[in-house]
Parts: sequence; structure tokens; C-alpha cells
Amino acid sequence: MKSNKPKIRIALTGNPNSGKTTLFNALTGSRQHVGNYPGITVEKKEGFVESPEHVLHFVDLPGTYSLTAYSQEELVARNYIIIEKPDLVVDVVNAASLERNLYLALQILELGAPLILALNMMDEVRKKGITLNTSLLEQRMGCRVVETVARQGKGKQELIETIISLKSRKDELKAPVEISYGPDLDPVLNEMVAVIKESGFMTETYPARWIALKYLESDEEIISEGRRKSRDISKKLEGAAEEVAEHCLKTLKTYPEAIIADYRYGFISSLLKDVVTRDQQRQRIEMSDHVDRFLTHRMFGPLFMIFVLYMVYNLTFFVGDIPLSLIEDFFGWMGDMVRGVMPDGLLQSLLASGIIDGVGAVLSFVPLLMIIFFCIAFLEDSGYMARVAYMLDRVFSYFGLHGCSIMPFIVSGGIAGGCAVPGIMAARTLRSPREKLATILTAPFMTCGAKLPVFLLLAAIFFPANQALALFMITILAWASALLVSKFLRSTIIRGPATPFVMELPPYRMPTLRGLLIHTWERTWQYIKKAGTIILAISIIIWAAMTFPQLPEERLEYYDSQAAILNDDLRSLNGDAGFHEKMAEILSDQERIEFSLAEDQLAYSYAGRVGTFLEPLSSWAGFDWRINISLVGGFAAKEVIISTLGTAYSLGAVEEDDTSSLAERIKQDPDWDAKRAISLIIFVLLYAPCFVAVVAIARESGSWKWAGFAMVFNTVFAFGFSTAVYQTLNFFI
Amino acid sequence: MKSSICLRHMAVNQKGVIRIVGGHGETGRRIRDMGLVPGVEIQVVGRAPLNDPVALRLRDFTLTLRNNEADYIFVEIDDEK
Repeated sequence: MKSNKPKIRIALTGNPNSGKTTLFNALTGSRQHVGNYPGITVEKKEGFVESPEHVLHFVDLPGTYSLTAYSQEELVARNYIIIEKPDLVVDVVNAASLERNLYLALQILELGAPLILALNMMDEVRKKGITLNTSLLEQRMGCRVVETVARQGKGKQELIETIISLKSRKDELKAPVEISYGPDLDPVLNEMVAVIKESGFMTETYPARWIALKYLESDEEIISEGRRKSRDISKKLEGAAEEVAEHCLKTLKTYPEAIIADYRYGFISSLLKDVVTRDQQRQRIEMSDHVDRFLTHRMFGPLFMIFVLYMVYNLTFFVGDIPLSLIEDFFGWMGDMVRGVMPDGLLQSLLASGIIDGVGAVLSFVPLLMIIFFCIAFLEDSGYMARVAYMLDRVFSYFGLHGCSIMPFIVSGGIAGGCAVPGIMAARTLRSPREKLATILTAPFMTCGAKLPVFLLLAAIFFPANQALALFMITILAWASALLVSKFLRSTIIRGPATPFVMELPPYRMPTLRGLLIHTWERTWQYIKKAGTIILAISIIIWAAMTFPQLPEERLEYYDSQAAILNDDLRSLNGDAGFHEKMAEILSDQERIEFSLAEDQLAYSYAGRVGTFLEPLSSWAGFDWRINISLVGGFAAKEVIISTLGTAYSLGAVEEDDTSSLAERIKQDPDWDAKRAISLIIFVLLYAPCFVAVVAIARESGSWKWAGFAMVFNTVFAFGFSTAVYQTLNFFI
Repeated sequence: MKSSICLRHMAVNQKGVIRIVGGHGETGRRIRDMGLVPGVEIQVVGRAPLNDPVALRLRDFTLTLRNNEADYIFVEIDDEK
């Protein structure tokens, strides 16, 4: 922001589904910036509002129910409030369920942060026949309360004015709120506070009573920070906490953290006395409950869910196909133009095959991503995604996953023909870190649209009578691999208890179009900006690997001389009888030379050498160097497997929608049989994801380590599987 | 007559008042964060197609939890109902 006006920094907090992001959008409109907190995948959203005298800088903190240290979201929210010390914290609460929402507000007050309560969804409150005495609440909470209806932008101006007025009277901000935690905890809390205050233990950062509370709650984050500051004092506090914990367990059969929660809720109940008045006559069953009788019904629920998932899938890949092919055509045309206008050579090849194809690859995903992000935002904001998780959790939790894992799996190709890139990105709905990681790592096993041409080609050649069955078996194999590998990962390297499922089923709401569009755009833009550049760079590297080193001079001269002979022949043709036949013969010879030059060049390149080098190993699974090269090429994009295989067989680059020349060649080749075909199908299904998916894994898991793991692990797994199947078939047939 | 049963064993549409919430660490924490504390009135409003998780109605909102999380919660119910 280039402005000389004084800046006010405001953090927005609130429960999930409280309308916090809707309020953020209403306040800041399109003046937003989305990034990530360093090192983790939690989104950091910032936006600006300019008033005549101030610039308001809003930070939309992740939605949380509490400020513990159990999830990244909560830690981010807590640390932002404590360490970044925003001028004000606006807690957006769903006024229709004040009690639970104030639990977070109370924790913010205990931190001593300057708070404004935004009572959101006041329209729903009135509809429910609930009246809120706002001024009484204001008085009891000791902070300003503003009523809002974020969806309609109501209360927005008042909130901005309140922020500005509070900012200019900073001295009014109060000390941390201290509430009583009862006869069992209060004495020990006071003792601990005395110790903390006396030694100034972490008091420069946190309020003393809050530190004591965190020790009682055995908050690992604070305790380990305390140990670093002073072992002795930390030990003293830990001892006191342990003692009272033992006492509680013995006499009350409970834990200090449970007592703390009880007293907090007790405090909130007393706060809300006379604040909330319910019109008993209007206590009706809500619309959502009626809808849920059908949508989460034992029979209709799953059926309707299948229908919804199928529709999302269709929308993404059939509607998305229109702009997708336009983009592909455009970049294809650009490439052809460059090839036509520029002289042959490395520069032309770099521009056409490296850069233009690379940019095309980046952008061709954009329409798919936009549609999938839009659909997911719709399902999330409407409240249906929570129902999907609810209905499927039993099945997926068995494999160490989460009910929400269904979406990434389906989009990645759980219904054959998807794409792992939007699939991996769809895993953003998962808020349980271990389940999310397992989902991201196993989604690429699905039958994505780029693997399909390989399967179709091989099935048509070797199982002509059972093509549909073959494809079905491949899809089953993909699902089985994804689920079993995820079970394996969750009991080995991503071991850990299932993240608790306790989750709100929010009432159904119609999402706002504005919210959906902002969401869709910012996620897509992040992909273009962050993933796009890396994808372009890798695509140039792959181009180089398949182009360099160039053939030695004498080989090139040989092809040149062959071409020159044919050119002479062509020129010496005259109008004799048989002119057309001769002409055709020369032209096909020309083509043959061109293709064998391409094959020679490919075999000579680094990629080709890797393929040849690996032949002794890959022959265990039945693959020769030609297949190896095409699999190396498949790392660029699985579509490349077929065209590279074509080049390796001197057929020129085979188009994926017309594979007849390659099919003919494979049919006649004695090296090819059903065993090799099955082995290759398994390998292509399971081996390293294409590098765009790898980049997506790195982005969504927050670490290149997991991206590297996906490449190595999947390839080893695929190779082991293929080899086992190939050798078994060899043994029996 | 009033008696106390584990939330896992409650039938759909059954109502009750939470008496004990056990569990500590992350699970206990999440349960309490969502307002499941002693004294709160709840009603089981549904179960997922495979009986797990369970959906609960608190006064102002609905939430779901797995059966193995429901094991920590004991509810006082009216026997006549």
C-alpha cells in the first residue's frame, strides 16, 4: 500500500462457518492478497480498506473453534494475535449459536487482545425468533459489539467506524480478562502466576495467568518454549500442574483441561443470561434438519452423493474440455507457426517444443482448475461437503483417510479420465494433516485422462474382445492401490492417530456468487503464479533431456546426404509414365529418413541413454529401451508416452487420437505380448506422477520432500508390482 | 427414573443431558471446544449410513463425531422415553 495515511492492522478471527470470509470479502472486495504462512500450507489472506483518514489492513486468520496448539490453523491464529500484535482483533461470531462462538472470543480476551465482536448472521437470528440484547452483551464482555449481516454487507460501515474510533482511543484497551476456574484450580493458578510474575517468565510476550493456564492445559508449544527460556521455572510450573492434575484425577475423576473448559462455558452461560431471549413459539425444526432427513438418509443420502460427485466430475471434464481444447489448439497453432517461420534448429525447437508447449501445459490446466475450485467452493459454502465427509467417514477412516478424501480421488481419475492436478488441489478441503497428506500422495494412482490412451491402445491390441472389462479392472486396481497404499503409509511413515472427526454440520446456505468467484479466482491465480513458473522451468529441462546431446556431425551428415539424394531424385523427375508412383515412393523415403533421424536423435539424447542404461533392469518387467524412453518422457505428461513410443519406433510423433500406425507396429512385433502389455499397463497406472502433479504435491503438502517421495516411492512400487505380475505370468504361460 | 448411558449406545432421536466428558489430549480438547461439556442438552439426530459417525443436535447447532469419540461422553436420559 502506497499511502501516507496511518495504517490500522486488524486480524479477523472466528469459527469455521461463521461467515468470517464472507465479511472479509464484503469489507475488502477485490483488494486482496493471498499467500501462505512460511513453511506451511495454511492460506494467508490480506486485504485493504481505505477510509478518508486511515488505511485498514485486514488479515483473515484461519477459522478455528479454539486457540490450542493442536492444528496449524489454531497455531497460526494464536501466534498472529500474540506475536504480530494487530491493533485490533475482530472476532466474527455466528450470532445464532453465540454460546459456542463466544468460547473463542473468551480465549482472545484472556490473551488481553483488543477485541471487537462482530455478531454476524443477525438475519438468521431474527428468523429463529431469538432476540439479542447487544448493549448488555457489550457491557458484560467489556468490548464493543457490532451487528452484521455479511452476506448483504450490512453493518460493514459501522464496523469500520468502530475500528477507527477505537484506534484513536487506544488507552481504553483493557487488561486481560481473568475468570475464575473454581476452588480446585484457582489456588494453584494464583501460585503459578506469582512464580511467573516474580521471575518475569515469558511475560514480555504473554499474560502471566494465560501462561499458567497453558501449563495446566499441558500445551506443548508453550511448555517447550518455557523450557528454552528457563528450565528451572518451567520445571516448577510443570510440577505444580502435574500435582493438581493428579489431585483432579483422584478426587474428581477428571482433568484440569476439562475443568477449564467447563468453567469457560459456565462463564459464557452467565454472560448470556438475559442477553439471549428465545421466542418459544418459534422454536421450530429448521429447514436444514428437514433437508438432512433426505440428504443424509441411509439409502437416498449415498445415492444423491454419488449423483453430486458424478455431476462435479462431468462439469469439470466435459464442460472444461471446451476451453481446454481452445487453449491447446491455440498453443498448437503457435508452435506450428514458430516452426514454419523460424529456420530449423535448436532455437526453434526450444521455443516451440520447450517454451510454447510448456506455457501451453501450464495454462491448459486452468479451465479444469477453475471449474473444480468453483464446484468445491460451492459444496463447502453450501454445507454439503460436511455431509459428504459425514457419510463416507466410516469407509475412508478405515484406510487412514477422511470422508473428504473422496473428492480428490474422484477428480484425479477415480472415474476414469480425471486429472491428478486438480485432484491434488481439491485436497485443500481436508483439515486433518495426516489424512490430507495420505490423500495427496495416493490420488495420483487414479486413472487420469492422460494415461487412458495408453490403456486403450494396449487393450485394443491384446484384449480386443474385453476392452471394457480391461478398463474396468484398471479402475478397480487404481482404487485398490490408492486405498491400500494409504493404509500402508498411515501405519508407517505417516503414522499417527486419526485426527478427531468432531465437526460441525453447518445449516445449508446458498453460497454468494461473489464469494465463489473470489475463491475460484484466487486459487487459480495462485496456481498460475506459483506452480506455473516451476512447471515452465521443468518443461524446458525435460525438453533439453530429450534433445541433447545432439547427434555427432557424421551421423547428421549421413542423414543430410540421404536427404540430398532424395531431393535430387525429386528434382530429376519428369512427366514420364509412373510419375506419381515414383513421387510417392520418394516422399515416403523422405519421411522414413526423417523419422529414423528422430529415432536416432532420441536414442542419443540423455533421456534415450537413461532408457538404454535401464534396459537390463527394466527387462525384469518386460520393458525394452524404447518403452523406457517413452516412460521417461511420460514424466513430462502421460500423453507423451504414446508420441515418444512412436518416435522410438521410427513412426514419427504419434498423435494420441490416431494411434493406428503404432498399433500396427506393436501387433507385428514378436517382442510384444499380453504379458508385456499387462505389465506396462500396471506400471503406467502406478509410477511417478507427471511433474505437474509433482509440483502440485509439493505445493499442497508444503514440502518438496513429499514430492520427491511420491516420485521415488510410486516408481519403485509400480516397478515391483509390474515385475511380480510379469514374472508370475511368465512362469505360468 | 434417570440413568446414564454412553453416547455410542443412544438411539436416533433420543435426548439427554451430558453428565461426564472424559478424554484428554487432542480428542478431549476438540470435543470440549465444540461445546460438549457437562450440563448440555443433546439429541441424537442421525447416524451415517454405516452407523458411524453420529450426528448430534445441541441447542443452537448440529455436530458429528465418531463412535470412538462418543465413547468418552456419558449422557443422562429419561428411562420412560
